[in-house]
Amino acid sequence: MSAKSSAERAAARPLSPFMLGQYYRFQISSLLSITHRITGVGLALGTLFLAAWLMSAATGPAAYQRFAACARSPIGLILLLGWSWSLLYHLCNGVRHLVWDAGYAFEKKNVDAGGWAVVIGSVVLTAAVWLTAYI
Amino acid sequence: MAQLTLPKNSKIDKAAGKTYKAPAGAKNVRAFKIYRYDPDTQANPRVDTYEVDMDACGPMVLDALIKIKNEIDSTLTFRRSCREGICGSCAMNIDGTNTLACLHACGDVKGDVKIYPLPHMPVVKDLVPDLTHFYAQYASIEPWLKTDTPPPTRERLQTEEDRAKLDGLYECILCACCSTSCPSYWWNGDRYLGPAILMAAYRWLVDSRDEATGERLDQLEDPFKLYRCHTILNCSRTCPKGLNPARAIAETKKMLVERKV
Repeated sequence: MSAKSSAERAAARPLSPFMLGQYYRFQISSLLSITHRITGVGLALGTLFLAAWLMSAATGPAAYQRFAACARSPIGLILLLGWSWSLLYHLCNGVRHLVWDAGYAFEKKNVDAGGWAVVIGSVVLTAAVWLTAYI
Repeated sequence: MAQLTLPKNSKIDKAAGKTYKAPAGAKNVRAFKIYRYDPDTQANPRVDTYEVDMDACGPMVLDALIKIKNEIDSTLTFRRSCREGICGSCAMNIDGTNTLACLHACGDVKGDVKIYPLPHMPVVKDLVPDLTHFYAQYASIEPWLKTDTPPPTRERLQTEEDRAKLDGLYECILCACCSTSCPSYWWNGDRYLGPAILMAAYRWLVDSRDEATGERLDQLEDPFKLYRCHTILNCSRTCPKGLNPARAIAETKKMLVERKV
């Protein structure tokens, strides 16, 4: 037993556990919130892809061929799929944020319904984009 | 900056946890896994397991905590007072969300009942967090009626409609469940006021008798104090009183926009 002053005790206080998932339950609201951030980062990275596309088109047919080959490779397609979903999720959830900013839909029921609408809506819109591209 | 792991002195020492077995013959046994920290030792926090005979225990988590303290381990430390959800003392992290131990039934928890102090707070002992900063933030919003007009000869009256605007706000008991459920508050709690305090601020903003609305809005118009709210909504989901701090924050943001146009 050590005799610590109250100041020493205060400085030594541990931080209580907080980490999402491990100590604080993920809920649809917090999960979709962090997804909004992650898709935002995804969109920033996707913009590099867009720039590469435009650059290759401006450089000439050979460069564009190389870019198209990359984009059509399995990895390229997976990235494009992820990027398109990120864009549509961010768009749908952005609308949800606009509704909140206007002061609506803060009840738990509406938060959950809006969350599921965004998840389903973004998947359906992504499917629609890819079907349009391939039909 | 977002901190994603616990500092070294706060990591839970898994090997140090003790187990207190249920008495022989107990038929309806549940395990309570409870965060322990003793400031009198140099040891890191640990999680102790208490097996409780639920046939001889009240239904709420607070009943179990009191039974453990009375009958199994008197060193277990937690705050409690009213045992009916009006004082806010027994706020803690139960089964992965913040709530009041007195209002949370053991029967609503699946599996072992895991109990931690309110998240991302300095721990005084066991389940007791240091709320000094939280209370200082509450004081900073000056939570009292401010007026410039001379006091009337009787009470300051308000219409029934104006009084109704305070419903869903005045019931807050400052238990800190919402603020300590908020990732923004975890990471920017030094400057972000957090949902409980912002809802308290809004309670005075919408009070028809208060005459310092503009001054109060000036105080809140700050990238950190107010605008660290990113509508994560852990606050409204966790409030044991069923209040909606997220909406109060949105309404505050609206007031700031509306006074500019």
